[in-house]
Amino acid sequence: MKYMFIMRSTAEALEAAKEMPFEEMINKMGAYNESLIKAGVMLGGDGLADVSEDANFVVDFSGEPPVVTDGPYGETHELFNGFWIIQVSSKEEAVEWASRCPLGPGSKLEVRRITEEADFADFSDNEYIQKESEWRKQEADLNSENG
Amino acid sequence: MTGAEPADKVRRRMDALWRIEGARIVAVLARVTGDVGLAEDLAQEAVADALTQWPESGIPRNPGAWLTTVAKRKAIDGWRRAARLDERYRDIARGLQDEDAVAWEPLDDDVLRLVFAACHPVLSREAQVALTLRIVGSLTTEEIARLFLVPVATVQQRIVRAKKTLAAARVPFEVPEPNEWGERLGAVLGVVYLMFTEGYAATSGDRWIRPDLANEALRIGRILAGLVPREPEAHALVALMEFQASRFAARTRPDGTPVLLADQDRSRWDRAQIRRGEAALVRADALGRGRRSYALQAAIAQCHAVAASVDDTDWPAIVLLYEALGRIAPSPVVELNRAVAMSMATGPATALAMVDRLGSDGALRGSHLLPSVRGELLARLGRREEARAEFSVAAALARNDRERAVLEGKAAEV
Repeated sequence: MKYMFIMRSTAEALEAAKEMPFEEMINKMGAYNESLIKAGVMLGGDGLADVSEDANFVVDFSGEPPVVTDGPYGETHELFNGFWIIQVSSKEEAVEWASRCPLGPGSKLEVRRITEEADFADFSDNEYIQKESEWRKQEADLNSENG
Repeated sequence: MTGAEPADKVRRRMDALWRIEGARIVAVLARVTGDVGLAEDLAQEAVADALTQWPESGIPRNPGAWLTTVAKRKAIDGWRRAARLDERYRDIARGLQDEDAVAWEPLDDDVLRLVFAACHPVLSREAQVALTLRIVGSLTTEEIARLFLVPVATVQQRIVRAKKTLAAARVPFEVPEPNEWGERLGAVLGVVYLMFTEGYAATSGDRWIRPDLANEALRIGRILAGLVPREPEAHALVALMEFQASRFAARTRPDGTPVLLADQDRSRWDRAQIRRGEAALVRADALGRGRRSYALQAAIAQCHAVAASVDDTDWPAIVLLYEALGRIAPSPVVELNRAVAMSMATGPATALAMVDRLGSDGALRGSHLLPSVRGELLARLGRREEARAEFSVAAALARNDRERAVLEGKAAEV
């Protein structure tokens, strides 16, 4: 089974983290990532840029047409700022890995199982499920054309 | 320590912990005792102790260190009883008295030594596979038995015999000498790939694919690539397995019938997995030592993975790759696959001549592979009666029930 670890932090925790030497943080996170890779369970993951950056935005679907704004992010001022995707054999193994993540007070990992084809088995002839496969394929083709 | 925990919860947590730490715990113990079999036994005894104690005492903060320390004490007790108080005993005893030394620092090199011991040439292939899953993959005997569809007792016997064989052959707990390195690494990669192929195309039984076994092999392959990052073939093997595993979802119908490459719905191939395969092949190539057997096979799998359909596949490239592979690792199966690629690149007639040559050499006798390919080629040449006969021969030879049904279907449809 595959899991996504979603790293969430409050704005205060992120501010506090700025007090910590950045290199120390990189080293801790690097060692954690390396342990996931060495155990053969890491499938991917990335960090997300700070929300204060102009490159980020939010699309709000409350109205028609949707509105693009520069915030706010998250319902409870909890910022989604990075993710991992791992493949393990049980929920307990996911718990074990998630607990080892080097995060500090004010941070949380939200751990969610990634759905698999089997989750949609009853709808395998649904046109949208089939379209989704098609979209994924087109996206992959685009990605492979672009390097 | 956490507080008391229900026993079944401790058991499940131990299973998860063991998958993460097991190999490193056994590796540390093998380093201090010099005996892989003994190390594994001691580790299992420590696990048994934990399962009785932790429900009462709670789970320690560093379970790996706890298990290792308990196992080391057991090693010393054993030596005391056997009155074999030699240098090793004194080293371990000193380490246990010195609290700081209990800080738990397993070395990657120890795990690598473990891999080489588990895949040592004094062991049979079956024993190598069982021992690798057991002490490198940290699977339980029950899990291994389930993966290979054999009784638990059979796996247990295999592992016990394997450990005794290693002891009898005085196999040292060391990485091989430089002059043996290539051959020994080849054996390790071979064991991992054998596990994978057993999961990818089950040779017997009623299931065509066992993704769980293939995924375990892939996990061990990734661990191995992390242990020997300078070895192109280790990365290439991971790439090959990623590409092949990316087709799992498309290889069976919901009822379990196999779907062959030409008929697979390619939109169901796992694109993220294909990208991981490509990244692993790039890592292998980046070491700049050329492509050997696994890298060539991975490159062939990549040609299929990136093609939108059978017709869009770069068959001439695949023919070239099979030619190269046939030079460095000649085998009738490679030759047969080259014939199939040739038939797609230049038509069935040339390919049929190649297949007939293989047949007259008596290669692959008793296997369903040759008649099933011959059947395809004859069908494409319009020689339907002969094709039907070949498919029937192939169906009679198939060892997997699902495959047999597909071949019987072809015989009926030609």
